[in-house]
Amino acid sequence: MAIMNVNPTRMELSRLKERLDVATRGHKLLKDKRDEMVRRYMELIRQNKEIRESVEDELEIALEKFLMARAVMSPEMLEEAVMFPTRQVELDISKKNIMNVHVPVIEVEQTSAEGVSPYPYSFANTSAELDVAISTFSDILPKMLELAEIEKTCQMLADEIEKTRRRVNALEYVMIPQLEETIRYITMKLDENDRASRTRLMKVKDMMEEREA
Amino acid sequence: MYKIGVVGDRDSILGFKLLGLSVFPIRKSKEAGLLINRLAKEDYAVIFVTESIAKEIGETIDRYKTVPFPAIIPIPNNQGSIGLGMQGIKDNVEKAIGVDILFGERG
Repeated sequence: MAIMNVNPTRMELSRLKERLDVATRGHKLLKDKRDEMVRRYMELIRQNKEIRESVEDELEIALEKFLMARAVMSPEMLEEAVMFPTRQVELDISKKNIMNVHVPVIEVEQTSAEGVSPYPYSFANTSAELDVAISTFSDILPKMLELAEIEKTCQMLADEIEKTRRRVNALEYVMIPQLEETIRYITMKLDENDRASRTRLMKVKDMMEEREA
Repeated sequence: MYKIGVVGDRDSILGFKLLGLSVFPIRKSKEAGLLINRLAKEDYAVIFVTESIAKEIGETIDRYKTVPFPAIIPIPNNQGSIGLGMQGIKDNVEKAIGVDILFGERG
C-alpha cells in the first residue's frame, strides 16, 4: 500500500494518528449500519417477493375476468360504463426512517359517498362479468398499494446498502491501511533522524575531547 | 392529497378506472417516458405501469428508484406477466447483497 505524500514531522504524525482514530471509529459504525440494514432488507425483500407473487397471480385472474367482460359487451357500452367512477382513492403518504433511509408509508383513503353502489352503471346494459371483474379489482387494490410501499422501501434500502458497503470497503481496504503505513513511515523516519543526530553529537563530543587532550 | 396513476395499454388498465384511480392509456412507449415524468411532478405517489410498457422505459423508471415518491410499480397486463417485476426484485437483491439468495433457493 502506497504511503501518503506528507512531510515526516511530529505535527503530521499526530494529525495522521487522529485521522486514523476517526477512520477506525467511522469504519466500525458504518459496518454496524450495513449489517443492520442488510438484516432489515432480508426481511423486507422476502415479504416483497411473496406479495408480488400473489398480486401478480390475482391481477392476472382479474384481468382475465375483465377481458371476458369486454368480450361480451360492446366497446361503447363499456366505455360508457366506466366513464364516471363513484369512488375516489386518495393516498396519505408519510415517511418512515429506517437506518436514516427515508422510506415511504402509504395509507389509502377511499372517499366515496355513503350508500353509493361501487358500480356506477346501470345493470341493464352491462354484463355480469364486468361486475365480477370490478369487485375482484377492488379486492386487489389494497394489496397492490402494499406492494408499492414495500417495493419502494426495498429499492431505497438496496441503494443505501450499496453506498454504505462501498464506504466500509473504502475505509477498510484503502484509507485505514494507508494511514497505518504512513504513520509507520513517519515514526521510522523520526527515529532515524533521532539516531542520526545522536551519533553526530557523540562524534562531535569525541572530536572535542581529542582536541583538548 | 396524493393520487394513484395507472399507465398502460387501454384494454389492460380500463378496469382500474372504476376503482377511482387515474388511468392514462397510451399506445407508444415513447409517450410513456414523458407521461411518467409529468406524473412524477404532479401529485402521484404511486404509478402502476404495465410490464410491456415498463420494459421500454427502464431508464425513466430507474431515475425514480432512489427518491421516496413516486413509487413506480410494474404490473402484468392482460396478456399475463412477462416476469419483469420479479426480475426487478432479483436485480434489487443482487445490488444489495451481491448474490441472488432469494431465487437461487428454488432452482
